[in-house]
Amino acid sequence: MARAVTTNRKIITSAAAWTIALIIFFPIFWTILTSFKTEAQAINDPPLFFNFDWTLENYAIVQERSDYMKFLWNSVIVAGGSTLLGILIAIPAAWSMAFVPSKRTKDILLWMLSTKMLPAVGVLYPISLIFVEFNLLDTRGGLIVVLMLINLPIIVWMLYTYFREIPGEILEAARMDGATLKEEILYVLTPMAVPGIASTVLLNFILAWNEAFWTLNLTAANAAPLTAFIASYSSPEGLFFAKLSAASTMAIAPILILGWFSQKQLVRGLTFGAVK
Amino acid sequence: MSLRTTLCAATAMTLVATSGVFAESHSKTITIATVNNGDMIRMQGYTDTFTEQTGIAVEWVTLEENVLRQRVTTDITTKGGAFDIMTIGMYETPIWGANEWLVPLDDLSAEYDVDDILPAMAGGLSHDGTLYAAPFYGESSMVMYRTDLMEAAGLEMPDAPTWEFIREAAAAMTDRDNDINGICLRGKAGWGEGGAFITAMSNSFGARWFDMDWNAQFDTEAWANTLNFYKGMMDESGPSGYATNGFNENLSLFNQGKCGMWIDATVAASFVTGDDSTVADSVSFALAPDNGLGKRSNWLWAWALAIPAGTQQEAEAKQFIEWATSKDYIELVAANEGWANVPPGARTSLYENPDYQAVPFAQMTLDSILSADPTDSTVEPSPYVGIQFAAIPEFAGIATEVSQEFSAAYAGQQSIEEALEKAQAITNEAMEAAGYR
Repeated sequence: MARAVTTNRKIITSAAAWTIALIIFFPIFWTILTSFKTEAQAINDPPLFFNFDWTLENYAIVQERSDYMKFLWNSVIVAGGSTLLGILIAIPAAWSMAFVPSKRTKDILLWMLSTKMLPAVGVLYPISLIFVEFNLLDTRGGLIVVLMLINLPIIVWMLYTYFREIPGEILEAARMDGATLKEEILYVLTPMAVPGIASTVLLNFILAWNEAFWTLNLTAANAAPLTAFIASYSSPEGLFFAKLSAASTMAIAPILILGWFSQKQLVRGLTFGAVK
Repeated sequence: MSLRTTLCAATAMTLVATSGVFAESHSKTITIATVNNGDMIRMQGYTDTFTEQTGIAVEWVTLEENVLRQRVTTDITTKGGAFDIMTIGMYETPIWGANEWLVPLDDLSAEYDVDDILPAMAGGLSHDGTLYAAPFYGESSMVMYRTDLMEAAGLEMPDAPTWEFIREAAAAMTDRDNDINGICLRGKAGWGEGGAFITAMSNSFGARWFDMDWNAQFDTEAWANTLNFYKGMMDESGPSGYATNGFNENLSLFNQGKCGMWIDATVAASFVTGDDSTVADSVSFALAPDNGLGKRSNWLWAWALAIPAGTQQEAEAKQFIEWATSKDYIELVAANEGWANVPPGARTSLYENPDYQAVPFAQMTLDSILSADPTDSTVEPSPYVGIQFAAIPEFAGIATEVSQEFSAAYAGQQSIEEALEKAQAITNEAMEAAGYR
């Protein structure tokens, strides 16, 4: 029986949701606001909300000092490439785990996830040495491989969860109709799992876009993405808050826009199979 | 469009987009890793002049100080070769020089006039008498104070104050009703933040990190006196939340007129007298305080340019270093942006220049630098080189942990005795593991 929802409860729930949303959004709002202040206004105490002389000076300085488009392009390539490569590997992996599981499937899944529990810095030197050995330092190709490997456990887990929701009988029927394994995955399974695949792609694109440890440690002048662009405006000695805020706003804007337009897809995918 | 076509198209686009990733860089291009601060950013702005003169293009990788340290350390220890020039400090240079990870700068041209580098800087950037990094700018620390508040308190700042005077003046200048704190000091955890300040301060109280056998010395009275004095003075006259304040937080407070005194890097002098300061007209300077034990509490630091061994562009990198740390570069900046904006603390000739002598903080900066000796920084003998650090590879890790314990004590989360006990244990354990004890 559905629980009756009173008007008061609706108001309280809505107010709580809005409050939490505003708290979560506040740092982003403050960053954007600070990007329009001078350095002196950025550190003013008490903080200035709207009563200051708005300026675009920080954006002009950032544009003049850094090649934003180069960083942006690197971010797009690295995040997009690693996500795509991850999906190509993860779909067959998740298919086998979901539809032809072995005794050790659960163990393999847990082991894959356990690699996410290792602090990244613990493997900094081995990965760096491999990169040096194979001439991959400061290359987008190297970064794509590393980010794909980092996110692969999440991609496989997510796809495995979505695939488990799809009745195996449908695949069986396709097999009986003469579909090969490739056709079964490509023409039967994948179209049915499109919402799940889309949300996996989006989430992993966002994760790869925001990844800041490997992208800072394995790049220099050529492959550095927007995380390095932001890091170049941070300083413990000297006031760069307003310029840092402008750089941060420019770095997060593309992913914010992408998230905004794809939020329905994202929510639908993330809640896929959550309620039965 | 079918799903397969979409996937194929996307894969093809990715391959095309990443196909240029292994392209070789131009042979006349050097890559420089540097720190984000005003002087370094200014240097980047003049890169075109260097390129016009030499035909050598420059790629910059600018990073936040701590990120830069991690990045260049990883690169040099794995022989990554991502950079032709690295911006490093006095802590790394002697260690890396001893490991032969850096190209010795022992063949700089006669016009460069290597003997013009301030002896304290050259000493701190050398190993066994060989220079391994050329100072771009150098700094010590000093007292920056508000002349109007000092006058209102009925006190006069000596050129070389004692800690007792500083504490007395801080109490007299504090005006909680008007949000004025008598003194602002670093308390933030981190070996280069609060750790650097308290280590330099401890030298003037007769403390040291290690005895001659590399035993930790946090169980001594000198360390207890240092921390008790610091916390007592800051609780009386410091800003709230001082345990989390670093350079930027204090700069912000000072520039808004909320600090009577601030003891910190000499490079801050141009900030507190610059356009962003609301108190620029009423700031003066004094040497960092002492306790009459023969050592002052000022540190010594330089951001310097070094060439990692194994770079393919050694000659070009040397050309750049000679240009960026030359007298001509100083002249170039002075001509375009005024003498107050030239990189300070690196060359003797700068302080002999009458134009620069007119800059209000020039003499005090020089006096502060000259009064710091990294080879003899403690009252009792110590086995290490360095003032606000000990130039051993293990120090950064140990000092970061120790400074976290100290910050917790400043914040009232533990007593000073507890913090010192933990610092003693952390340090001895790490030194034992590293084979010093």
